[in-house]
Amino acid sequence: MKIAIASGKGGTGKTTLSTNLAVYLAEKESVVLTDLDVEEPNSGLFINGELTHHENKYKMVPQWKSDSCTLCGNCREVCNFHAIVQLVDQIMVFPQLCHSCYACSELCPTDSLPMVPEKMGELREFQADKLTFIESKLDVGQEQAVPLIAQTLRYVDENYSEVMLKIYDSPPGTSCPVIEATKDADLVILITEPTPFGLHDLKLAVETMQELKKRFVVIINRYGIGNDDVVDYCDGENIPIIVKIPNSKAIAERYSRGELLYLVVPEFRAELDKLIGFIDTLNRETEQ
Amino acid sequence: MKEIVVISGKGGTGKTSLTASFAVLGAQDVIVADCDVDAADMHLLLEPDFKAAENFYSGFIAKIDQEACNRCGKCVDVCRFDAIPVIDDHYIVQPLDCEGCGYCARICPVDAIKMEEQNVGDWYISTIKTGSTMVHARLGIGAENSGKLVAKVKNEAKRIADEQQKDLVLVDGSPGIGCPVVSSLSGASFVILVTEPTVSGFHDLKRVYQLVNKFGIKAGCIINKADLNPGVNQQIREFLKNNAIEHITDLPYDESFTEAMTQGKTIIEFNGGELQKIVRQSWVKIKEFVNVL
Repeated sequence: MKIAIASGKGGTGKTTLSTNLAVYLAEKESVVLTDLDVEEPNSGLFINGELTHHENKYKMVPQWKSDSCTLCGNCREVCNFHAIVQLVDQIMVFPQLCHSCYACSELCPTDSLPMVPEKMGELREFQADKLTFIESKLDVGQEQAVPLIAQTLRYVDENYSEVMLKIYDSPPGTSCPVIEATKDADLVILITEPTPFGLHDLKLAVETMQELKKRFVVIINRYGIGNDDVVDYCDGENIPIIVKIPNSKAIAERYSRGELLYLVVPEFRAELDKLIGFIDTLNRETEQ
Repeated sequence: MKEIVVISGKGGTGKTSLTASFAVLGAQDVIVADCDVDAADMHLLLEPDFKAAENFYSGFIAKIDQEACNRCGKCVDVCRFDAIPVIDDHYIVQPLDCEGCGYCARICPVDAIKMEEQNVGDWYISTIKTGSTMVHARLGIGAENSGKLVAKVKNEAKRIADEQQKDLVLVDGSPGIGCPVVSSLSGASFVILVTEPTVSGFHDLKRVYQLVNKFGIKAGCIINKADLNPGVNQQIREFLKNNAIEHITDLPYDESFTEAMTQGKTIIEFNGGELQKIVRQSWVKIKEFVNVL
């Protein structure tokens, strides 16, 4: 089963939930945790594993060959992303704007724009007993997260098809990186907080998951602050709230140090047990 | 005209609550822009009237005319995004997968593919409760947050500031380090980095500052929930010092921000005591920094 942990609003506890759930589950069975928040990946701060693999990740971009180019202008015309500019006697490529569609390259009459790899980020893999942890980090200055997320997902699929349980820490928001990160998930867990900001962004996330036709459930973090509006909304929409993690400064302090909460906060562990029970039920349902 | 942009790298550090507080303190002197268009929340505190609304079009999606299509499959061959599955012998573009490159439309031998312009969201010009103007937006579900809508919101805010002869534009930026943040930062006079003394907060601060540094923009930092972890707080302070980032203030861990939010208020309009005092002092300090730029 592929479980994506997402949220509309940032800072609601995606990483806390992903890391604790993955490490806890890995006490018993093999788990792959993947951090897909490639702009600001944080899961690695909570996982002590041994680095087992490291590779640079590239996207393909056109490179201009001045000797064969006739300056016909076709490449500039076909690029819908304005990534190619034609000056008096040269073609300039802006790799940050390129979506790697290959149109300019393959439609060039003189083959003067071969596609070449450009580094966009790095993927690392760590092992800690039964837990495999994979994280990708976008290079600062690269603007597009989606190609790196897509390649990271492919890496997991190709190398870990046999591992049953895969957890994905997703980026915040509701735009294209979230779609990429959640589109293959069997279950999406939306984590929110019971505040007006949390509710507003939860509604956006719910709309997104409905659009993607995903099975999703809600977890409320920092339960006890704010008000009851998130609970009322979920009840009204028949969205199951699986877990409520209590609001506590002690939890925040432990999180601030990079500690795994389930090991030291019994209330938190009890809530995780409920979530794991839910996942087990789902697994049995799918097996039948 | 000066432009102050508030960003955080990590989400949930209090960026929007603080920006809204500064908007209330700046009142009629500042034009406000909410550039966190993917999960815009500032309107929940500033009561905009959504007076003017406009659709925002950006990018394209391919559409195949099923009657004209001769099912040759050339579009599938060239699509690098696997966006054209064959369903019941029909070639159907999946909108969420289509990047809008237009390659398929260009090579279709029977001209059956049209590129349709996408409505990716709406943007608004509102009067807010301070009597000033806010420009804000809502990005459509699953839309590409290419930074173009962010740029639109910012440019409109600047145009209005010019028109109304206001000296200050206050921008709530986006999380992360990708295109929307790059758009939020371009043209900024001063950047306020809101962080928290957690291992994640510090990690994300360092990454987003690398980006700010590429732009060469002067920056200041507010450490929220400052007493949560004295050790990490100290590391952040050293990082600020080594990079010549102004340490604007420390804010204590205090749930009155949330209590105020629950009532639709900023801390400035709420009985926040000490917290409110520090936020007021910070705004004075920020204005001083910006004035000498």
